[in-house]
Amino acid sequence: MNSVRPSAQGQRIALLNARLLDPSSKLDQPGALLIENRQIADFGPGLFNEGTAEDVMVVDCAGHCLIPGLVDIRAHLREPGAEHKENLSTASKAAAAGGITSVVCMPNTDPVIDQIALIEFIARRARETSAVKVYPAAAITKNLHGKELTEIGLLLEAGAVAFSDADRAVADSLVMRRALAYAHTFDALIMQHPEDPTLSTGVMNDGEMATRLGLMGIPNIAETIIVERDIRLMELTGARYHVSHLSTKETVDVVRSAKARGLPITAAVAAHHFALNENAVADYRTFAKVSPPLRAEPDRVAMVSGLADDAIDVIVSDHAPHDQDSKRVPFAQAANGIVGLETMFPLALEIYHNGEIGLLELLAKMTVNPAKLVGLDAGEIKIGAAADLVMFDLNAPWQIKIDKLRSKSRNAPYDGRPVQGRVLKTWINGRIAFDIDIED
Amino acid sequence: MDRLQQDNLFPHRHLLGIADLSASEIGFLLDVSDSYIDVNRGPNKKQTKLRGQTVINLFFENSTRTRTSFELAGKRLSADVINMSVATSSIKKGETMVDTSMTLNAMHPDVLVVRHPDSGAVKLLSEKINGAVINAGDGSHEHPTQALLDALTVRRRRGRIQGLIVAICGDVLHSRVARSNIHLLNKMGAQVRLVAPPTLLPTNVERLGVEVFHDMRTGLMDCDIVMMLRLQTERMRGTFVPSTREYFHFFGLDSDKLAVAKPDALVMHPGPMNRGVEIDSVLADDITHSAILDQVEFGVAVRMACLDVLTNNLRADATGMVS
Repeated sequence: MNSVRPSAQGQRIALLNARLLDPSSKLDQPGALLIENRQIADFGPGLFNEGTAEDVMVVDCAGHCLIPGLVDIRAHLREPGAEHKENLSTASKAAAAGGITSVVCMPNTDPVIDQIALIEFIARRARETSAVKVYPAAAITKNLHGKELTEIGLLLEAGAVAFSDADRAVADSLVMRRALAYAHTFDALIMQHPEDPTLSTGVMNDGEMATRLGLMGIPNIAETIIVERDIRLMELTGARYHVSHLSTKETVDVVRSAKARGLPITAAVAAHHFALNENAVADYRTFAKVSPPLRAEPDRVAMVSGLADDAIDVIVSDHAPHDQDSKRVPFAQAANGIVGLETMFPLALEIYHNGEIGLLELLAKMTVNPAKLVGLDAGEIKIGAAADLVMFDLNAPWQIKIDKLRSKSRNAPYDGRPVQGRVLKTWINGRIAFDIDIED
Repeated sequence: MDRLQQDNLFPHRHLLGIADLSASEIGFLLDVSDSYIDVNRGPNKKQTKLRGQTVINLFFENSTRTRTSFELAGKRLSADVINMSVATSSIKKGETMVDTSMTLNAMHPDVLVVRHPDSGAVKLLSEKINGAVINAGDGSHEHPTQALLDALTVRRRRGRIQGLIVAICGDVLHSRVARSNIHLLNKMGAQVRLVAPPTLLPTNVERLGVEVFHDMRTGLMDCDIVMMLRLQTERMRGTFVPSTREYFHFFGLDSDKLAVAKPDALVMHPGPMNRGVEIDSVLADDITHSAILDQVEFGVAVRMACLDVLTNNLRADATGMVS
């Protein structure tokens, strides 16, 4: 497949002339990096000043950025059960092209990932078919019904990296209290989809646009009310807690003030919530229908400022592939979701290019922060770490074309959007998983 | 009428909503409608304008009066009119709405009149249709011919729309009639008020250019026109009002509440009425105030006008006069 020979055990690859960027160590300087035994063997400004040995394969980075592979802790990969929308193989190609080397998949599959056998199934399928590393999040409650807890301890031992009811909130306060209290025993991470189901029977953001379109709205408080309640339950149980993706200004404020009180709360934002506002659904564009809904412009701005001041810790793709039949229907009937594995990184770079956030600070939200949150040894450039690396051109302008997306589904509202910054090569365990010279 | 001139007066292939129209385009449709009222009252109601053309009434939601009104309008213009109630046929067999519309499109209808329970569905469908599409009501979004017939009723009974105070009362939240009327009345220079409990008003509705009241006696003060809306219990999920008895007591129109409006205030209702829920039965039949039967009558004329104008555009399109 690739003209570059995969690095066999023992093969050494030298990445020369790179701008090395590592958010965890605040490294940002020109230098080189050596991959050996699929790991990062050495790196730094002085490396290879004396030249490279004969048996070392050389890649000239031409001054482009070299960063740890991105870690996306929220993606819906649809396997098992909805392979007509996506599977681990197609998703992994999209992820690698988007600079993502580790993905946490959501448990809203069919069957639901709520038992050990499914965790093992995902691990095996990922090993056999996926180019990127896939880690399952298990359900908090059986069958995502919000009633009975799953075997949190056993699932954790089997390899679940976090717990989430995917696109549903744990709405029942008693169940949530028990989930947090029990998970705390194992230091398991509960990731809440923050949306009160009784307040979110609508199909888009509540407000003037919904009123004009004649669509039922989902108010901002549907989100805030759940997060505020959960913060009280955190205080009661001592558990850590993660808002899997937030969309409103009020929720950012609530998370920020809980952090100021020292609570172990973290929050993520999906790329579409800082890249788009509710205007994207005008004319009933179902590709922009997502949960939680795209909000008003002040909310979008609050996402950016929340990222800048660290109220928001993580950026996720919330990759949610859907086939045409799920989207080519009246708006109220359309499925929620946007594909995002390939677009998360360029959309995030918009915030950097707009001068809202530093490059290392932005990269931290897609590397070391999410990796630490779910306990992965990833997202850092350090000696001995797996050689999961991304080389990208920080300034290259290009246009997103949805018919070029590698995901099996192409439900993205970004067609023709100009972006700046492009992934050139992705290595996973020292092997090329994406190379723009070969694929484009 | 000269076709090119008409194209300039109404340069649209479909009629999907009032929000897309200008005041002059609305005025033009009302003028054409006016002429059809005379036709409908005359001894020979049959015109030949749509002879050889096919009109399909495609209803994804039950309707008697709107469908009948469109059917009559088409037949009086000599079109071949077919009624399809899709709620009870192919959708249940699993066919999607887009498939249904593409199937019908292959039969070359000139006009599709479409009603659908989902907002935006008629626009989605229109993208797959070569002929003209008339929105006969989509979810809680728009019902343009209802707003046009309401406007025609007001214009004929009051001589103008400009400057009138119009109160739209009741279930605005679920109402496509209210939305189309708000757009139309604003464009034509009326002053629009909404009177309803907060649970039946959509969020930020005041940004559509209306004044909001929660009390009938203040909301109806000095009104020229009172438009009552049907309480749409079939669209309601959960409780919006505690009971119909309580609703009628505070928000139902009776002669007491109407007394604060102008003495010659006109009472309108898009039908079907819930007597004793949103409107007092005696008042509904009071011909000095009630314009409800005028609305039904003018509805046919408005729909004839829409069919006439849109098929004219299609013909002009076919001869290359409209791009």
